[in-house]
Amino acid sequence: MSVLRVNKVSKRFGSLVAVSDVSLAVEKGELHAIIGPNGAGKTTFFNLISGFFEPSAGTIEFDGRDITRLAPHKRVALGMARTFQITEIFPELTVFENVRIGAEVTAGFGLRPWINAADQKTVHDRVGEILKLAGIESKADRLVGELSHGDQRAAEIAMALTLKPRLLLLDEPTAGMGDQETYEITRLIRRLHRDSKLTIVLIEHDMRVVFNLADRITVLDQGKLLAEGTPKEIAANEAVQAAYLGKAA
Amino acid sequence: MTSGRMRQGAILAAIWAALIFAPYWMPLFGGYTALGTRVLAIGLGAMSVNFLLGFTGVLSFGHAAWFGLGAYGAGLCLKWIAASTPLGLLAGTLLGGIAGGLLGALLVRRRGIYFAMVTIAFGQVFYYIAFQWSSLTGGDDGLRGFARQPLHLGFATINILNDATAFYYFALLCFAIVVGIMGFILRSPFGHTMIAIRENERRARFLGIAVELHIWIAFTLSCFFMAFSGALYAMVNNFADPRMLHYSLSGDFVIMAVMGGMRTFWGPLLGAVVFVVLQDYISSITVNWMSFIGLMIVAIVLFFPRGLLGLLRQRKAA
Repeated sequence: MSVLRVNKVSKRFGSLVAVSDVSLAVEKGELHAIIGPNGAGKTTFFNLISGFFEPSAGTIEFDGRDITRLAPHKRVALGMARTFQITEIFPELTVFENVRIGAEVTAGFGLRPWINAADQKTVHDRVGEILKLAGIESKADRLVGELSHGDQRAAEIAMALTLKPRLLLLDEPTAGMGDQETYEITRLIRRLHRDSKLTIVLIEHDMRVVFNLADRITVLDQGKLLAEGTPKEIAANEAVQAAYLGKAA
Repeated sequence: MTSGRMRQGAILAAIWAALIFAPYWMPLFGGYTALGTRVLAIGLGAMSVNFLLGFTGVLSFGHAAWFGLGAYGAGLCLKWIAASTPLGLLAGTLLGGIAGGLLGALLVRRRGIYFAMVTIAFGQVFYYIAFQWSSLTGGDDGLRGFARQPLHLGFATINILNDATAFYYFALLCFAIVVGIMGFILRSPFGHTMIAIRENERRARFLGIAVELHIWIAFTLSCFFMAFSGALYAMVNNFADPRMLHYSLSGDFVIMAVMGGMRTFWGPLLGAVVFVVLQDYISSITVNWMSFIGLMIVAIVLFFPRGLLGLLRQRKAA
């Protein structure tokens, strides 16, 4: 069964159709990349999946459940976590504090005005585990706002991981990064995919990253679905080459 | 890290020592005990405003409404229902806190300036009610004819009515309890979500936090704290007045929080000390005391943009 099934969603802003009739099915354990030229509607499409916007038409199912109109925080509770194109973190808190919030909310303590020692230990252990997985455990006590762009990305992904995601949505994880940082983040995503068996959907501009990581690729162009398939199929697709890859080649 | 913690401990010890010994050192600087009690009640109000402003990032410009309702609740209870100080405090706290919580539910979807405007409007509603409903509230003359009552502990009676020092310590105990509750909440998982909302509301939402619900709870808690401080304040002078509900007082509380440092826990208390003491001192010299407070605020905003205590701020696990 698909983890995520998007059926012909559209999003209109006034007369502008940002996303038109796009469908997507993501299988468990799959890493699915969404690519397309600037303005193709990738981020809008992501926002529909994560509940930032409601679609004008179409439905979205998560684990077989209709979530088309579900509030974002409830989608999170079902196991859908996301990062943003422009890193969204808590800049004045430490890395540890940033990650702890998600761990506490996921453990169901978000409304508690107290915490006992045992629960606190559970939370702290979980935070330590995730910081290690994300490779930023040595920076736990630094303010997130002071870190390099790459480490901030890693911290944001770590925050998403605290939510025990059944689906992880990454919006341009390597945007604005140099080669070394891109390499580090790509390795992190590969670890999450291969070792932690996470189901991941990512938007990405860097074609090296996409063809390196993705099991399947969806191509959007001007809000419409242009093609969908394995990296090989996409590379050979003439419509895609004309719309997008052709310009890069 | 450890030196930071030691410094925090030292600051904390200094604050409590200053508060505990205030009746002894204040006269040396021309102060008097009732002024200290007033600072405690007003300072607690400023800290309550800051519980919301500094730690959830939500600016209320109508918090005097809950302060004033606390004062009227305490006064009316003492006058008509039961001549008991604890019951008066309880009545005031419940009146202001419940009213704040109910109205708060209507405004948690507003943000920024819109939130502030609606809180002003709600606050002014209570101001005009208190102003007009003379038979109950005494109207513009204020509510008189009540007084805090001696505390009967069973084995002893503490005369906080006539003994200003005893009342100061009673107020300090109340202050310590409420401040303790605030600090406890801020260190809890719920407190962490408040700070998350302040830092980045969108991120908080996509971490699974029901932002509106959390803002409403923080707002309501802050209203209860505020109402408690108002109830305490009514007992300082045994008097409640419509101006305690007015938005200009709300503004004063915000000024105290900003002057003292709104990202710090204790800053608003320091702001209240500066504000209340200057007001007391300068208003005995000139009626234009507000101009001097104004100059002071300009100087603080220019030279201490994070507030007086903001300078000492440590990177701390809030």
